[in-house]
Amino acid sequence: MTSATFPPSPPENTSWSRYFSFNTDAKVIGIQYIVTAFFFFLIGGLLAMIIRGELITPPADLVDRTVYNGIYTMHGTIMLFLFIFPVLNGLNNLLIPTMIGAPDMAFPRLNAVAFWLVPIFGALLIGSFFVPGGPAYSGWWSYPPVSTQNPLGHFINGQGLWITAVALSGVSSIMGALNFVTTILRMRAPGMGFFRMPVFCWTALAAQSLQLIGLPALTGGAVMLLMDLSFGTSFYQPEGGGDPVLYQHFFWFYSHPAVYVIILPVFGIFSELFPVYSRKPLFGYVYVCLASFIIVALGLVVWVHHMFPSGVAQWMRNFFMFSTMLIAVPTGVKVFAWLGTIWRGKLRLTTPMLFCLGGLFNFVFAGITGIMLATVPVDIHVSNTYFVVGHFHYVIYGAAVMGIFAAIYHWFPKFIGRMPYEGLGKVHFLLTFIGANLNFLPMHPLGLMGMPRRVSSYDPEFAFWNVLASLGAFLLGVSIIPFLLNMVSSWVRGPKAPHNPWNAIGLEWLLPSPPPEDNFGEHVPTVIARPYGYGTGEPLVEHQAEIENQLTLQEASA
Amino acid sequence: MTATPHLNTEHPKHNLTGFIIFLCSESVIFLAFFSGFALLKTAALNWLPPGVEGLEWRTPLLNTVVLISSSGTIWLAERCMSKGNLMGFRAFWLLTMALGAYFLYGQAVEWSGLQFGLTSGVFGGTFYLLTGFHGLHVATGVFLMGLMLVKSFIPQNYVGGEQGVQATSLFWHFVDVIWIILFVLIYVWQRS
Repeated sequence: MTSATFPPSPPENTSWSRYFSFNTDAKVIGIQYIVTAFFFFLIGGLLAMIIRGELITPPADLVDRTVYNGIYTMHGTIMLFLFIFPVLNGLNNLLIPTMIGAPDMAFPRLNAVAFWLVPIFGALLIGSFFVPGGPAYSGWWSYPPVSTQNPLGHFINGQGLWITAVALSGVSSIMGALNFVTTILRMRAPGMGFFRMPVFCWTALAAQSLQLIGLPALTGGAVMLLMDLSFGTSFYQPEGGGDPVLYQHFFWFYSHPAVYVIILPVFGIFSELFPVYSRKPLFGYVYVCLASFIIVALGLVVWVHHMFPSGVAQWMRNFFMFSTMLIAVPTGVKVFAWLGTIWRGKLRLTTPMLFCLGGLFNFVFAGITGIMLATVPVDIHVSNTYFVVGHFHYVIYGAAVMGIFAAIYHWFPKFIGRMPYEGLGKVHFLLTFIGANLNFLPMHPLGLMGMPRRVSSYDPEFAFWNVLASLGAFLLGVSIIPFLLNMVSSWVRGPKAPHNPWNAIGLEWLLPSPPPEDNFGEHVPTVIARPYGYGTGEPLVEHQAEIENQLTLQEASA
Repeated sequence: MTATPHLNTEHPKHNLTGFIIFLCSESVIFLAFFSGFALLKTAALNWLPPGVEGLEWRTPLLNTVVLISSSGTIWLAERCMSKGNLMGFRAFWLLTMALGAYFLYGQAVEWSGLQFGLTSGVFGGTFYLLTGFHGLHVATGVFLMGLMLVKSFIPQNYVGGEQGVQATSLFWHFVDVIWIILFVLIYVWQRS
């Protein structure tokens, strides 16, 4: 397991079987997370296709109304808890140790346990389709009193399984967060102070801190919900002195920050990739780093903006409207930093760069509708309409998923050791960008016109925009085909990747592709500069030229 | 910042860091339960279920004294260990375990004599949820202490193995502080 050579030699064990075992290598776990996440992405995507298929015509003609309720509930739950969080944890596993020069995560076994919980609660959630009464049908937020109904009276029911699965997902995420935070705090390369750390690690630290603060509140709230559902307590039942709005507080105290848990690492990806493909240092590096933690601090005190119509006090509406709008400041700092980075850069429009640019475009749009939604009168007007759905999907698909695709194309050569195909990648980008905008833009006029979310039939006056949205959704469905083709074919027979195909600066690019099991082993380079020294010609680490020469020689002889 | 040791196994020196982070995270669950309790109680029209006068406070007060003293004995145990007095460590450690076990016993006695159950409105629900969840932590603490006690008999185990003891002791102080807040919320603040 130790590598005596300097720089380390490529890994010896590359068999497929390690991906199906309880492996403690963060790079194996990272790929396990990402592949599992995309498996569930296909299931969640199929459910989305059914939803949009139902909505392409005004009457409810494709699926039964109850089934429809289950489908949108499961679509949201699967996409968040089984796709986005696992795929981001996969990227964290691949990138954090290699970027900071650590041999592995701080707690490798805990890391493996956290991963293997994902297929377990995934099976629980998917299994709920097959219990009497079907899956949970109360929407991804599971508000009581809808979520505490158990009409068939079975102890094992869709809603109960939903709560259990979400609680297990919380346990898994907490384990992951503990690991990521400890690793970043304690295992950085010599010379890598906090202000020499790549922005991705800053954003991961920020996002995982949010998990640690927020998730326990959701878990607490979910325990009380399960007790109401299964053991007859009345925490959220007004007839027993309880309060359904209390659950909303618990839920959103976590689930609003959860959006930052998702988007912060994507900010990190943008901050990593724009400098590489613009050949310029990241503009305002220190401010971008600090902005992540300002977002964390503010992100913890905005949750009531999801509850403006829930009968909260007027002072709460005012306070949370103000705090929500304030978040636009650190976010704006980042957007301007990226624009400053691209400005007059030598742009290389590779697949990852295209995904970043598309993601940034969509994110700015989502930010504008976000400010609209923060305003109490607008929010009350469009609450529970398609406007909210449109805004949310611009953030999650338009920005976050596009950023994740960018990261996959960018770091694929590093961790798989083969180059993805550019042509297929660009087709994937075009289909995704057009599909996402065609799918989610029409939701905004629909919401302003008053079309409610979570309905399977609607007034014929909404038909035009719904047809457009459904066509966009089907295009998005098609867009995944070139991606999967690209991933499978380049993994199997793509051209061998050199150690640094994009001429990027960072510790991970001073490792062979794919990196050996313990990364740098005992020869962790000493960091002597800030990241992103593009165009300056200054080395990042001591003896950088020697390391790169040896890596090149190694590749030539292989 | 020193070079990281390169071992593809758990890094013992990080365990305490990880555990402290875990405790911070764990405290948020209690924070959620406490704030939920306070919200429900201040909003309640009839806090006490019919037929219930309130909570008796003498047994819980005795329990509180027991639990707070156990924080002292575990501190003494740790001090013994840092001085290399293994027997003293075991004695005070065992005493702490006994006090923890007595607390659980006292809790069980109190529960068995109560006039209300889990489903007696929000009052019953929050009471059993808070005391039960805390009791689970006490039981976990006693279990962890048992593990550490067994480990102390394995030769050479404390060469760099004190982190488990430190973590357990930290956990025990945490459980203690949580109980003090819980006691004030449930037993002292009786009038709604």
